Amino acid sequence: MQRPIATTRSVTGIPTGRLAIWWVLASEIVIFGGLLASYVMHRLGHPEWADQAAHTNVWAGAFNTLVLLTSSLTAVLAHRAAEAGDGKKAGKMLLLTIVGGGVFLAVKSVEWTIEIQNGYTITSPGFWPFYYVAAGLHGFHVLGGMVIMGFVAAAAKRGENLQRVEFVGLYWHFVDIVWIFLFPLLYIAK
Amino acid sequence: MTDHEHSHGGGDQGGHSTNYVKVWTILVALLVVSVAGPFVGEALTMQWVTLAAAFGIAIVKAFLVIKHFMHVTIEKRVAHYILITSLTCVVLFFAGTAGDVMNHRGQNWENDAAKKVAEDGLKKSNHGEPPKKGH
Repeated sequence: MQRPIATTRSVTGIPTGRLAIWWVLASEIVIFGGLLASYVMHRLGHPEWADQAAHTNVWAGAFNTLVLLTSSLTAVLAHRAAEAGDGKKAGKMLLLTIVGGGVFLAVKSVEWTIEIQNGYTITSPGFWPFYYVAAGLHGFHVLGGMVIMGFVAAAAKRGENLQRVEFVGLYWHFVDIVWIFLFPLLYIAK
Repeated sequence: MTDHEHSHGGGDQGGHSTNYVKVWTILVALLVVSVAGPFVGEALTMQWVTLAAAFGIAIVKAFLVIKHFMHVTIEKRVAHYILITSLTCVVLFFAGTAGDVMNHRGQNWENDAAKKVAEDGLKKSNHGEPPKKGH
């Protein structure tokens, strides 16, 4: 007897794909939460890090926050379009989200280049290893999200698997939330 | 019924009537306030203004994204349990280790190395020494 592939978990009432995304985000909370918690406790134990943190560029960080917030808007608009069955619009909105991710990474690259040229590298003592690891890990998540979003956008334009627009959007919003906390930790608190 | 049609079990209609552009405008306004916070805090020589503006606003911004963009408040309860379990793990980790990391001295121990690093760092900061390249 053939059985259909489960699309909704009867116990949870959540579609399988979305349930999987919640599990992914739960693991991401532990990864980023652990990293940020480590940073906070070290930062409070080392007042001298304030002087090192003063060298980060607040304006670049603020601009990147604006970019990610805007990309979250386009991601949720893509979700709305997918719900309405408009795959073309959903795909277009996801492409705009990818552009946002690209701008974010481009600004980060310029920022890092300047910081490294000024002698602040991942091997510099104190604040800098945390800065590069936290921002770098976040950057990898942005890059990964962009790649996956590219596949989802292409399928959405063909009107296929529109439910994935929401799933990739949830991931993207989480990446945005991580940056919302990284921004004050790495750029504002000095 | 497709997977997508199951989305939020049909109970999310309120979430999708949200004016997303309005939420985004509020988020951007909060960003402006958080960037202005350090300048105000410096002018008033009150660092708490900087920190309250930065972290208070970060929490509000995260809440807005979670509520309006991720629609978590209208998601099934099991998703809440999954996320809360993860957050609890992070809080337990912080509570279990922060005391030892944030302090350089305890009842029966002393972390001389960390203490020295902090003292040397503060001395260098006070003398305005530039960073050593490659270190």
